[in-house]
Amino acid sequence: ADIISTVEFNYSGDLLATGDKGGRVVIFQREQENKSRPHSRGEYNVYSTFQSHEPEFDYLKSLEIEEKINKIRWLPQQNAAHFLLSTNDKTIKLWKISERDKRAEGYNLKDEDGRLRDPFRITALRVPILKPMDLMVEASPRRIFANAHTYHINSISVNSDHETYLSADDLRINLWHLEITDRSFNIVDIKPANMEELTEVITAAEFHPHHCNVFVYSSSKGTIRLCDMRSSALCDRHSKFFEEPEDPSSRSFFSEIISSISDVQFSHSGRYMMTRDYLSVKVWDLNMENRPVETYQVHEYLRSKLCSLYENDCIFDKFECCWNGSDSAIMTGSYNNFFRMFDRNTRRDITLEASRESSKPRAILKPRKVCTGGKRKKDEISVDSLDFNKKILHTAWHPMENIIAVAATNNLYIFQDKIN
Amino acid sequence: MFVRGLKRKCFDGEEDIEGTLAGIKAIPSYNLQRQSLLDMSLVKLQLCHMLVEPNLCRSVLIANTVRQIQEEMTQDGTWQMINTQSTGQASLDRLVSTDILCRSSREQAEGKHVPGYSTFNKDFEGDQAQDSSETMSTASSVQAPRNLQSNVWEMENTQENKGNFQKSLDQIFETLENKSPNSVEDLFSEVDNSYYDLDTMLTGMMSNTKMGHCDGLETFSSPATATSNSNCKSDLNELDHIVEILVES
Repeated sequence: ADIISTVEFNYSGDLLATGDKGGRVVIFQREQENKSRPHSRGEYNVYSTFQSHEPEFDYLKSLEIEEKINKIRWLPQQNAAHFLLSTNDKTIKLWKISERDKRAEGYNLKDEDGRLRDPFRITALRVPILKPMDLMVEASPRRIFANAHTYHINSISVNSDHETYLSADDLRINLWHLEITDRSFNIVDIKPANMEELTEVITAAEFHPHHCNVFVYSSSKGTIRLCDMRSSALCDRHSKFFEEPEDPSSRSFFSEIISSISDVQFSHSGRYMMTRDYLSVKVWDLNMENRPVETYQVHEYLRSKLCSLYENDCIFDKFECCWNGSDSAIMTGSYNNFFRMFDRNTRRDITLEASRESSKPRAILKPRKVCTGGKRKKDEISVDSLDFNKKILHTAWHPMENIIAVAATNNLYIFQDKIN
Repeated sequence: MFVRGLKRKCFDGEEDIEGTLAGIKAIPSYNLQRQSLLDMSLVKLQLCHMLVEPNLCRSVLIANTVRQIQEEMTQDGTWQMINTQSTGQASLDRLVSTDILCRSSREQAEGKHVPGYSTFNKDFEGDQAQDSSETMSTASSVQAPRNLQSNVWEMENTQENKGNFQKSLDQIFETLENKSPNSVEDLFSEVDNSYYDLDTMLTGMMSNTKMGHCDGLETFSSPATATSNSNCKSDLNELDHIVEILVES
C-alpha cells in the first residue's frame, strides 16, 4: 500500500475517496445498516480502485512528473453515477464512477461472447433481456484538464454553481468549466515580472460554499486574500485581506516559515474560514480581517524545537484541517500519528492516536498527552520521544455524522462516535 | 529526534545548549547560531536543485530566511562585502562541503567565513558576466549584483519554463546545455536575464495548442534583435544555429 496523499468524503458521506503517492484512487463505500442489528453502524468497504494518474516524463527538464494525487474533490451527485476531480502536480482529471449490475442477453447480431453472428443464421428477431450480474464498479476518465499549470498544483475547488472549478498552483489560479478542457481562465497571477522578487507563493485556494463569485487563497506569508470575481477578470486585487499582526515577542528566524498557511477551509455555513499554519489552527470571521476569532494550539511544545524541525525539514510539512458537519468542531493532524480535535463551543480539546496498537476494532480511543517539561506522568509521552516520521497530514470528517477518516502514512483509519 | 543526513545538531533555545553541545566547550553565541542557520539554509537551497523538482514553496521560505539573516547581519555590521576578484570554484566547493557546518567558534570570531561567503557571492556575479555562450541571452546586460537566492529563482524559472516548450524544441536546449545537471557549477552558471523574456514568451505560447515553426522563429528572434551588448555577439551566432534547427525540423 502506498502513502495516502489525500482523503475526501463525498457530499452524502456514503463514499470516501483516498488518493495515494502511486497515483491510485481507492473509494470506500459505507455499507447499508443491517436491519437485524440496528445498533451496528455501517462500515466502509472498498468500492472501487483505479489508477488515476501515471508518472509522466518531461523531456525538456529531464524530470519526472509525479503521479502522486495531491487532491480529490467530489462533485455533487446529479444522477446515478458519481463524479470526482483528482489532480497531481500538473493535470486534473474528471472521473466518472458508475455501477453496472445488469447485462443484456439475447442480442440479435452477436453471440453471447461478442462475436458477430453470421447474417444468414439469423432467422428470427428477439428482444434482448436484462439479466442481473455481479455488481461491477467502473471508473472512466471523462475529462482531462492539462497543460495549464507551470508550477505544482496544490488545490482544486468545485464552485457552488457546480459548473466551474478552480485549480491553484504556487503562483497562479485558473478557473475551469467542467465541460471545457482546452481552455481555462487565469484569475490570479502573483508571479513577479522579475523572479528575483519572488518572496511569496500561493499555498491553498477554495471557493466559497454558497457564493459562486467568491474564493480565497492563502499564502506562504500567513495571509489570506478573499477575491470577488465580479470585480474584475483578473483578481490580482483582493476584496479582503486577512492577516494577524505578528507578536513581536515571539519573533524568530522561523516566524515566517511557521506562519505559512498549509490549508484553508470554509465552514459549511460560509460564515467562517479556518487556516492551518505549522503550530496552530485559526478560525476567521469573514467580516473581520485584522485577526482570527479563534486560535487553537496544535502542538505548541514544538516551538522550542523549531531549529531541529527546520534541519530535518519537518517544519515544511503541510497539515490539513477540517470542520465537522455542524461547524462546531475542528480537527487536524500532528506527529507521532496523533491528531487533535477542538470543540469550538466548550473549548475542550483532545489528542488521539491513529495506530494499530491503540486501535482495536470497536475499542474506544484513549486520549493521549504530550509531556512538555518536568516530570513525565504515566501514559504521557515526552516531546523527544515523538516519532516525526509518523505524521498525520490528511484528515476528513463526514459531512453529517461523527465519522472521521484519518490517513496515517499508508494506513487509513476510520473512527466513529461511540454508540451509547 | 529524527535527523536526516546532516551530521550537525542544531541548537534549540538557549536552555538546551549545554545539553546538545557535548564537544564544544564554549556556549555558542547568537552569532554562531545565526551563522549555522545561514549555512544550513544555503545547503538546503543547493540540495533543492539536486532533487527531482524543486518545491517552490520550500525554496521561497528558505530563501526568505537567508535574506532575513543577511539583513540582520548587515545591520549588525558582521556582513562585510569585500571587493575581491573572482577566485573560481574554490569558494563554491567550500560552501558545499559540510565542513562549514562544523566550523569552530574560533574561526567564527576571526570572521574567516564571512569574507568567503561574500567572495562567493561576487564570484557568481563574475560568472554571470562572462558566461553567456551557452544561453540565449538578450538585450539586457548583466544586472546589478544580485543575491544568492535570486539566482535560485532563475534556475527554477529556467527549469519550469522549459517544461512549457513543445518537444520539437528540446534539441535546442540540448545543444545549449552541455553541462550535467548535477554539477554544482550548473546551478549558478547557466542562468541569466534572458529567461525572464523566455518566460513571457512561453506564457503567451502556453495558450496556443498548435504552434507553427514560424511562430517559434518570431518569438526567438525578437529578443535577439534588441541586443546591443557585445557579450551577446557570440550568442547571435548561437541564435542562428537555433534558427537553423527550427527551419530544418
